[in-house]
Amino acid sequence: MLPIGHYLFLSAALFIIGVIGVITRRNVIVILMSIELILNAVNINLVAFSRLYGDVAGQVFALFIIADAAAEAAVGLGIIIAFFRNRETVLADEMDLLKW
Amino acid sequence: MLDKVLFYIFAGLAIASAALMVTRRNAVHSAIFLVTALLATAGIFLQLRAEFLFIVQIILYVGGIMVLFIFVIMLVNLDVALQQIQFARQKWVALIVALALSAQFGLMLWSSGKTPGQGIPVLAAPSASELPANSEAVAQSLFGTYLLAFEIASVLLLVAMIGAVVMAKKER
Amino acid sequence: MQAVIQATMEFLKLYWAPLLCGLVIVAVLPLVVGYIVLVERKLMADMQARLGPMRVGPHGLLQPIADAVKLLIKEDIIPDNADKLVFWLAPVLSVGAALLSIAGLAIGPAFQIAKDINIGILFVVGVSAMGIFGIVLGGWASNSHYSLMGSLRSSAQLVSYETAAGMALVSGLLLTGTLNIKAIVEAQSKEGIWFVMLAPVAFFIYLVASIAETNRAPFDLPEAESELVAGYMTEFSGFRWSLYFLAEYTNMIVVSSVATTLFLGGWLRPFADVHLFNFLDYVPPLLMIGVAGYCLSRTPKQPSGVQQIFMLAVASLCFVVALVLVAPVVLPIAKPFYAGIHGGFWFIFKVSAYIYFFMWLRFTIPRYRFDQLMRLGWQFLIPLSIVNVLVVGVALIVSSYFNLHGWAMLLVTTPAAIIALVVALMILAAGQESQAGKENAAASDFYAG
Repeated sequence: MLPIGHYLFLSAALFIIGVIGVITRRNVIVILMSIELILNAVNINLVAFSRLYGDVAGQVFALFIIADAAAEAAVGLGIIIAFFRNRETVLADEMDLLKW
Repeated sequence: MLDKVLFYIFAGLAIASAALMVTRRNAVHSAIFLVTALLATAGIFLQLRAEFLFIVQIILYVGGIMVLFIFVIMLVNLDVALQQIQFARQKWVALIVALALSAQFGLMLWSSGKTPGQGIPVLAAPSASELPANSEAVAQSLFGTYLLAFEIASVLLLVAMIGAVVMAKKER
Repeated sequence: MQAVIQATMEFLKLYWAPLLCGLVIVAVLPLVVGYIVLVERKLMADMQARLGPMRVGPHGLLQPIADAVKLLIKEDIIPDNADKLVFWLAPVLSVGAALLSIAGLAIGPAFQIAKDINIGILFVVGVSAMGIFGIVLGGWASNSHYSLMGSLRSSAQLVSYETAAGMALVSGLLLTGTLNIKAIVEAQSKEGIWFVMLAPVAFFIYLVASIAETNRAPFDLPEAESELVAGYMTEFSGFRWSLYFLAEYTNMIVVSSVATTLFLGGWLRPFADVHLFNFLDYVPPLLMIGVAGYCLSRTPKQPSGVQQIFMLAVASLCFVVALVLVAPVVLPIAKPFYAGIHGGFWFIFKVSAYIYFFMWLRFTIPRYRFDQLMRLGWQFLIPLSIVNVLVVGVALIVSSYFNLHGWAMLLVTTPAAIIALVVALMILAAGQESQAGKENAAASDFYAG
């Protein structure tokens, strides 16, 4: 195993790229995909520390995060499909029904 | 040495795919690059000797969630979306926020070991031959210590399934 | 740079044997797949009372080579508005996933490319599930409605039956307690009984689900020629199409190997550790001598000299294989190779039997309509597989309480299988009633657009 700093750097880099994706893109599906990227960055962090301390709890936590991500992706994409049926758009800027 | 080269290959692939993913105009290309990033992450898991998580990542994330994403992208694929502006109006603010975030991470990584109690721990990891068999260890932990969390996760997945079906149903 | 070279040398020193095996398999597999296609065509012909390919080579034995040459020299047509990157990538993904999953299989106790993976069988199943991407992206990249619908239908089918196949594997894995392929076969050797007898319902579910997983008839609606032209493969021609084809037949081999390993005893001889049945060791060489004798007897009836020489060559090849098979049994110096050689033979025999059953089904049963297919997957196989996991688990607890092992476990698992079958019949009956009710109502438009 490499020094833990390498894995933390990788995790931080993926996290930041994911955050940039969430804040900058207009397409809601790409925003959801960037959220998946953030979750993966967190997973790398957890597994790296699990390996450092020899404790498997980090991997179990990462497993739960993957299951959670699946549930969230399913529900999120269901919302997108329902919205698309009503408004014919997937751009975040145009989802402004609740704006004054 | 092999460990190091493998890590750099997978890490480089992950960061490059992630960067390409957030900048593609075509959503299907973004999805393909996310698949590559997820596969590289699975490779990192394998390099960290987390074999069960490696295969779970491939089965669930790549083989399940990404297929779902690609289905939805094909369902809502609009040709007109390809010509529109791709980045939102707040992109410069976003980049400043990202810079601030990376400065925070950089400070944390730089200050490791300089002051006791600050930054990341300077420990020696157990060598690979000392680790228990991975699937068995994860199973013991999952069905032993974290059984309640496991059951709650299955209820969560059931709720998500019902919710997704209800929301995506056509109104008749 | 120095570090990269050093790392490469270290990698090669450690892993030269698996790399070589992998290269050999990637080189030889297209030929093997070609001959499986020939066997299928000959079987199809036999079941339809005709002869099949007979022209190219004696009895059509060179037909795959002619097909390969034809496919390679065909023009490579790319549709007009197709996405070129994804169009190129899709068949590569399918073939890559299929070939990578072969790395986890074990043909004999010593023939494994990736040795002793902790997650053995899960690796094979998971990586072959990545082939769904090749199908989905291929259909999308073709920029054609037929292709897109075919790929969506095909991938929906694959995803649905993957859950049932996985649960069926889980109920088989309950009997071993480990995912490691060698440990699974050793557990069957230790118990002295193949797991197909301890978990027959799981084997049945895996059989049906694997037929659907590989898009074989009767679940081949996405690629049936009278339905959606060729589904997601419509716009691919020449070499790209042959890549998809290779991926499909490789998936067939992989799925048969997984079933053989988990349910049919892998590389074990029937009654592997029972000394009474040691005469079964002579069955492989006798079988090969029988094939050689058949070829010899057909030699005089060949029309031309070249074909006679070819038949003689095939006969002598079978005879040499028979000699190789009889050596570990008879000669003491070849005894250590017994497990490897005979193991390889029995494994290939069982995989071939499984594939023969696939082909037999193809030519016998009519095709399922797509909504019938999805109903079968979601409303029959998945509930049945979940009930089966429950029932096999209970049977295992009971048998470990009474300390039963080997054939004695049948006392507990047979009632369990009967309970699972009763549940299956109940689900089927309930399905029939609701089906009759639905067809009285207006036609449902599943996947109509």
